[in-house]
Amino acid sequence: MPLRDLYLLSPEISIVGVAFIIIMLDLWIERKGLLPILTIVLLGLPLGFTISLWGTEEQAFDGVLVVDTFSIFFKVLLIGVVTAVVIASQETAARFRRFQGEYYGLLLMATAGLMLMAATRELITIYLSLELSTLSAIALVAFFKDTRSTESGLKYLVLSGVSSAIMLYGMAMVLGVTGTSSLVEIAKAAPVSSLADNPALLLGVVFIVAGFGFKIASFPFQMWVPDVYQGAPTPVTAYLSVASKAAGFAVLLRVFYLAFGDFSSDWSMLFGVLAVISMSLGNFAAIFQTDIKRLLAYSTIAHAGYILIGLAAVASRVPGGEAFGPQGVLFYLTAYAFTNLGAFFVVIAIANKIGSETIDDFAGMSKRSPLLAGLLALCLVSLIGVPPAVGFWAKLYLFNAAVQADMVWLAIAGAINTAISAFYYLRVIKVMYLSPAPTEERVRLTPPIGLAVAMTTTGVLFFGIAPWFLLDFAIRATSGFPG
Amino acid sequence: MPEFASWLIFLLPLLSFVLIVGLRPFVGAEWRGAGVITIVSILAAFALALTALAATIGNDAHDLGYRPHDWLTIGPLVIRVGLVMDSLTAVMVVVVTGVSLLVQIYSTEYMRGDKGYVRYFAYMSLFTASMLGLVMASNLVFLYMFWELVGLSSYLLIGFWGQGKAAEEHPRAGDAAKKAFIVTRLGDVGFLAAIVWAYVATGTLEIAEIHAMVAAGAFAGVGVTWLALGIFAGAVGKSGQFPLHVWLPDAMEGPTPVSALIHAATMVAAGVFLVARLFPIFEASEGAMTTVAWIGGGTAIFAASMALVSNDIKRVLAYSTISQLGYMMLALGMGAVGPAIFHLVVHAFFKALLFMGAGSVHHTAHTYDMRFMGGLRRPMPWTFATMLVAGVALIGVFPLSGFWSKDSVLHAASINGLIGGAEALYWIAVLAAGLTGFYVFRMLFMTFAGEYRGGAEAEATAESGAAAGPPPRRRLHESPWIMVAPLAVLAVPVLFAGLADLPWDLFGFGAFAMTGFLTGHVETFSTSVAAVSSAAGALGIVVAYSMYVQGLLSPSVLGQRLRPLHTLLVNRYYLDHLYEGVVVRHVLIRVLGLTAEVIEGQFIERAVNGVALIGRNVGRIPVAMQNGQVQAYGAMISIGIVLILAGFWIWG
Repeated sequence: MPLRDLYLLSPEISIVGVAFIIIMLDLWIERKGLLPILTIVLLGLPLGFTISLWGTEEQAFDGVLVVDTFSIFFKVLLIGVVTAVVIASQETAARFRRFQGEYYGLLLMATAGLMLMAATRELITIYLSLELSTLSAIALVAFFKDTRSTESGLKYLVLSGVSSAIMLYGMAMVLGVTGTSSLVEIAKAAPVSSLADNPALLLGVVFIVAGFGFKIASFPFQMWVPDVYQGAPTPVTAYLSVASKAAGFAVLLRVFYLAFGDFSSDWSMLFGVLAVISMSLGNFAAIFQTDIKRLLAYSTIAHAGYILIGLAAVASRVPGGEAFGPQGVLFYLTAYAFTNLGAFFVVIAIANKIGSETIDDFAGMSKRSPLLAGLLALCLVSLIGVPPAVGFWAKLYLFNAAVQADMVWLAIAGAINTAISAFYYLRVIKVMYLSPAPTEERVRLTPPIGLAVAMTTTGVLFFGIAPWFLLDFAIRATSGFPG
Repeated sequence: MPEFASWLIFLLPLLSFVLIVGLRPFVGAEWRGAGVITIVSILAAFALALTALAATIGNDAHDLGYRPHDWLTIGPLVIRVGLVMDSLTAVMVVVVTGVSLLVQIYSTEYMRGDKGYVRYFAYMSLFTASMLGLVMASNLVFLYMFWELVGLSSYLLIGFWGQGKAAEEHPRAGDAAKKAFIVTRLGDVGFLAAIVWAYVATGTLEIAEIHAMVAAGAFAGVGVTWLALGIFAGAVGKSGQFPLHVWLPDAMEGPTPVSALIHAATMVAAGVFLVARLFPIFEASEGAMTTVAWIGGGTAIFAASMALVSNDIKRVLAYSTISQLGYMMLALGMGAVGPAIFHLVVHAFFKALLFMGAGSVHHTAHTYDMRFMGGLRRPMPWTFATMLVAGVALIGVFPLSGFWSKDSVLHAASINGLIGGAEALYWIAVLAAGLTGFYVFRMLFMTFAGEYRGGAEAEATAESGAAAGPPPRRRLHESPWIMVAPLAVLAVPVLFAGLADLPWDLFGFGAFAMTGFLTGHVETFSTSVAAVSSAAGALGIVVAYSMYVQGLLSPSVLGQRLRPLHTLLVNRYYLDHLYEGVVVRHVLIRVLGLTAEVIEGQFIERAVNGVALIGRNVGRIPVAMQNGQVQAYGAMISIGIVLILAGFWIWG
């Protein structure tokens, strides 16, 4: 194994190393408050390795690991997300008497799995990294060890097991038909030009979609989302809603553009239909929610639907043209990361103080904490997709990709869904601003979570006004697409 | 002038807004610094606006020609952001910043001690920034965005006293704000539809590009008429034109400086500005021009007639504003952009002065009801003198500014035979000028002449129905200098702004300098038109004098004689009754309310309860495995996969 290969794998190696260090330190350090600080400092290591790799286009371990701008984009995003979540976890984690080190360690392990998912071109590795992240996530979901949390963990375990099994079955079929597990080789070996001509391959592709559909929380693999989101510790929920989704889309883009690129007309329609169903389902169900975490859970299903538009809009990748669809997916994922993390962090900050996650208990929040109410309103407005928040550009970009791909119906469906979603997001704002506060007691923002809130909401507003940097990053990351 | 300096005109008040909002948590609700920040930023913006005007005058094309910047490029879709600085915008930014500056100075005294002092200046800064953004926007999306922001700040300021303790003194403020917001929104629906239509039809939202397409004839016919009418719908709402004028008199529930700045001088003129900015679109459609002219002319006389009988000084001024905005629309409909904007500018000065004068009167009399004023000439010499000057200018008496602007409007009406019924419109406008003379001097006589009739105390006695004893004497006084100074400063342009557009080259400006600057072609002047309108105005003044000073004709007796007409006017043509009583209460509330109730009660309520019920039940069962949910979820996944496969089977 040449040293160069190790260097190419250094982001993943170092983040796993950091996880071990934190777990070990937990044994000796009495002041557990130091753990998150150490974690954040040490996360500079994988981030540094990742950034140092920017610009390289290489493969390692016989093509299993790929280092390209696409994978680095996702690694930077994932490390950023986990850093923010660690900062935001501090107050929640302080409620566990034991295993704080494991909590942070598991977050990092899950991230390592997701990073690897974004950086491979090989089905077995995709499966293994998926399992690494899922198993860590299950433990995190159940971390409170109370009824709710355990119930969520168990559900997550069983359902992810089901979807993994289906996906593995699908991979086996693809392997059987093509004789290879490498995405590049699959594209060469695929025997037919249309999926309908080869039922085995079709079955394999649909089963693989099931596995990732579970990760990105898209219809019909979304049933677990509300229960698990509600029961899990809120920082973990925030992490799952953003990081899992991002890595899931990274793999979807890779697998479908690279291995099944020839069948794009088949799966383009599939993703288009899934997109419409996911966003409609998520948005309609969200209208009836009384719990803010459940509301955000259904909202995340709807957003999976919006992002799927980018996958469906594959035809916008005309020869010599720009890959609007993949660009839009990357842009949207980042915008969504800032926005949704921001929303969850504000919810954490409020819920930690008032001890409730019911929307009605947020009544009069504008009086009790004008800052938090204002920032939550900003995030919700961004989730609707209204300027000057970053969510506006993200939606615009994806809808435009659909139009460019001659899928105007998809853009219209997205626009109608955006209008529907405004209803429940605005209802939260209405409760915060117009309902009378039950008490005059102020809700104060404490430093650690305040920092996390500041990081994310600044991004929402900054990239809302100046989306160029982010967009440029996304365009570069997809420049070699499908690489 | 570098482009950045022009941006600052808009950014400075915005910065002031951000700064005040940011500092709010650290200062008290009555922190005086908020006023200082606002005044300093608007003063700087005013200085830059003057520079921009000078640069525009010095420029041959009267346009500094800034190019819009690409904000975001998504393949063929390019979103641009930019500002224009042409003659129209330059004049508007000077008026907006200038009047705003004086109003803010006046407000520091008028709002002193108010619990919402800091909030007030935050809103005022936001309004000023939005209004400047509106007049400087180079494309329809940004124009619309600022258009709505202006509406939002107007809503916030009308309802400024609609919350908490202040609401007890101003019970109608909340409703007035809502009315303003909803009524103007009706017009905005048309405007928004027009923007969408413009993009569909032309593929661009840059105003200059749309103009070029219309000028080249690439976009013509009925499509242009619809576009123009949609835009005009927005203008009708914002500028209080018939039939959407009902919100403006009610908007006087807000603080008086707000009325002066927003509901007299600037925002309500935004509709006129909008038509002027998009004038090539209107010009391309005779139908649209006729509509604009008739709505404008009709509103001019319609609103003036209601001003004849109102006893509330601010409402008289509000009707007068609607009427004058009608004049501007009339001029636009006749194709006279220059006179319309000239009248807009001059009107901004004298109407802001009149409103601030009314606020000054209120400062001493504590009422806006003119039946309880009177005799204020001696205690308030400055207020009286400045309001007299402004009132005379409003009537259009030679040689004040209003004379020149109103006559340029009337002259345009008299010569233009392009549209149907131009002749009739001219005479309507002349009649409205006569009514103006009457209501202005009725207001001045009732306020300043005769004996003092007791102010707020007398009003309270009259309302309670107690025996009208002699009112307790209170020392009547002139307002503090900081309120009077802006009045005096505004009196200067009211007196002399006409010099900017004289028919002769007297001061080296050139004849018709201002209208020429605005439109590029020179107007003409007609002595006969000026004589006719002056005679009409004078007649109005004489009638008012004979009724309210000489007592030759008693207003109450006249009211008795013309009872049907008087009742009609006092009840504002029953339009408010029609809108509120019939349309809102019966149609909207009955139908919509019932629908909403059914949906809310039958559907949402049950669903929410149902969900909550399920949630509770889930909570009761400790282990989820037992209730079969996970199996259900697993089954759902399987069904989903089968459905996808079936989909491929059928359509694949």
